[in-house]
Amino acid sequence: MRSQELLWRTKDPEILRQLGKDISGCGLSGIINIRGQRISGEAIRCSIACQHDRGNGLGGGFAAYGIYPRYRDYYALHIMYDSHDAKNSTEDYLDHHLSVELGERIPTRPVPNINKPPLLWRYFVKGRKEEEGDFEIADDEYMVKIVMGINATIPGAFVFSSGKNMGVFKGVGFPEELAEFFMIDEYQGYLWLAHNRFPTNTPGWWGGAHPFNLLDWSIIHNGEISSYGINKRYLEMFGYKLTLMTDTEVVAYLLDLLVRRHKLNLNVASTVLSPPFWKDIEKSDDKEKEAFTALRMVYGSAMLNGPFAFIFGFTRGMVGMNDRIKLRPFVVATKGDNFYMASEEAAIREICPEPDKVWSPRAGHSVIVELDRSVTV
Amino acid sequence: METIALSENLKETIRIDAKNMYYRQLNDMVREAIASGAKDVIIDSVNGQRYIGAGIERKDVTIIINGTPGNDLAAFMDGPTIIVNGNAQDGAGNTMNDGKIVIHGDAGDVLGYGMRGGKLFVKGNVGYRVGIHMKGYKNQIPVIIAGGTAGDFLGEYMAGGILILLGLNNNTHSIVGDYLGTGMHGGVMYIRDEVNPYRCGVEVGIAELDDGDKNTLERYLKEFCDDFSLDFNEIIKERFVKLYPKSSRPYGRLYAY
Repeated sequence: MRSQELLWRTKDPEILRQLGKDISGCGLSGIINIRGQRISGEAIRCSIACQHDRGNGLGGGFAAYGIYPRYRDYYALHIMYDSHDAKNSTEDYLDHHLSVELGERIPTRPVPNINKPPLLWRYFVKGRKEEEGDFEIADDEYMVKIVMGINATIPGAFVFSSGKNMGVFKGVGFPEELAEFFMIDEYQGYLWLAHNRFPTNTPGWWGGAHPFNLLDWSIIHNGEISSYGINKRYLEMFGYKLTLMTDTEVVAYLLDLLVRRHKLNLNVASTVLSPPFWKDIEKSDDKEKEAFTALRMVYGSAMLNGPFAFIFGFTRGMVGMNDRIKLRPFVVATKGDNFYMASEEAAIREICPEPDKVWSPRAGHSVIVELDRSVTV
Repeated sequence: METIALSENLKETIRIDAKNMYYRQLNDMVREAIASGAKDVIIDSVNGQRYIGAGIERKDVTIIINGTPGNDLAAFMDGPTIIVNGNAQDGAGNTMNDGKIVIHGDAGDVLGYGMRGGKLFVKGNVGYRVGIHMKGYKNQIPVIIAGGTAGDFLGEYMAGGILILLGLNNNTHSIVGDYLGTGMHGGVMYIRDEVNPYRCGVEVGIAELDDGDKNTLERYLKEFCDDFSLDFNEIIKERFVKLYPKSSRPYGRLYAY
């Protein structure tokens, strides 16, 4: 059932439902410069390579922000295809729904261990709302529909990155091999995420590697979202299509729902994902008790259960957090305007030997790092 | 190992530069150094290499680590002394049987997991699940002392040994986390702070220290203060509380009917 071909070709919701989820235990690394200064991807490659043994060669990936300044006003769609048919169908779809400023192959280098990569293309696009006859719909909302439309209906095609002035690069292999393959050292970004995957429940496949992305939300994750089923059904009520067969996908879409659509601030959104235990809510003062109770009542189905550490990036920042009883490692450090997050302290010291401060945040408490207000990106 | 002839080339101290070295090669070199008769092995530029000192059975060896050793430092170790000039990551002292680890920084989660002997001294803070299921038997009394604060689940399922938490330079409201001693059924903890019962597992009793406790605490604390050049008198004058298991077999009747 779970052959690579099936993973690529099926868009049948019933088969997807049966395929269920993936559980993974992995290595994470993230860097942000809060002044928006861009650094080469070489740093994040070194950091994630230091955590080589946290993965098993079945998945690695990067998210980079600030890499497409020339096309900053266009959505950068990164799409993987298993065939030219899939590419032709998708490009017809894009031409029909969007203005495509540029479509090109994502540059790669030959790397011995990266076998049979899919066709990897990127498109810088803008919406053509007027032809849809719907003038009200926002650009972001429209783009989510496009992404969900391709991922849920065109066999062999997956959009794995859809933000502006940012991009996700991922696949099957160790992350340092994928860095070489995708020429990560040649990109300059002010925010970088990297992931080393150790998949345990489904085959490692190109679409299942981290980061998971929607618009500018990118998420990397170590652990298991045991609440996947509840979260998935909740998201489906809001029109999200979960097609990538990995639990982490729900976190990207939950953030899109909570922050972009429901306008919760990052602190409140983090509390929704990882709320205090009822026993701790009982001990809070009246005002907090009321707020936490309301969040748990309204957003009970958005709560993440299970062991996890994750880092998510977006245009203006980076957030890291643990599950509430800290079943996965997570370390944070600062050095001047740079903030670092990783699974292991060594991964930070590999690229920042003398940090100003290093600490492990308490379980369930998010660390939110945002770009300085004066910075435009 | 003892049959190796000690030649005039014997070096008592061997120094290894671990910069960019994979953990397997590093650990092979440490073992070779010890097998060749080295008493002190100094490893520089350590960063993330796992399993340093794991399973080594010699008592007369000291390994000095400059940097940040990787996970499972000294796992199953049975005798040596390890000094870390830096922070340790997760799983240091995992199931260690004998020897001593002195960490001049912080340590991560699951420190001293299933530890069954030896000493584990940390100058700074320690993570979650420290001393989980540590155990003792007759003369085998594992001891963990942390100078800073601890995360949740300290001494969870504790079956033996001694856990001491000092909370030095603490700015937070509590030096311990929640689920303290959950499932505890042996051993003892000495905490240099008030402990609110709501933080403890139901199996945990809270008491004042008796004379026997004070002797034990002072003995180990003096050694800890010597290792880190701390003022013993300053530290001991604060109040400690003792945490002990109310029963050695809290769930003996759980499935009896």
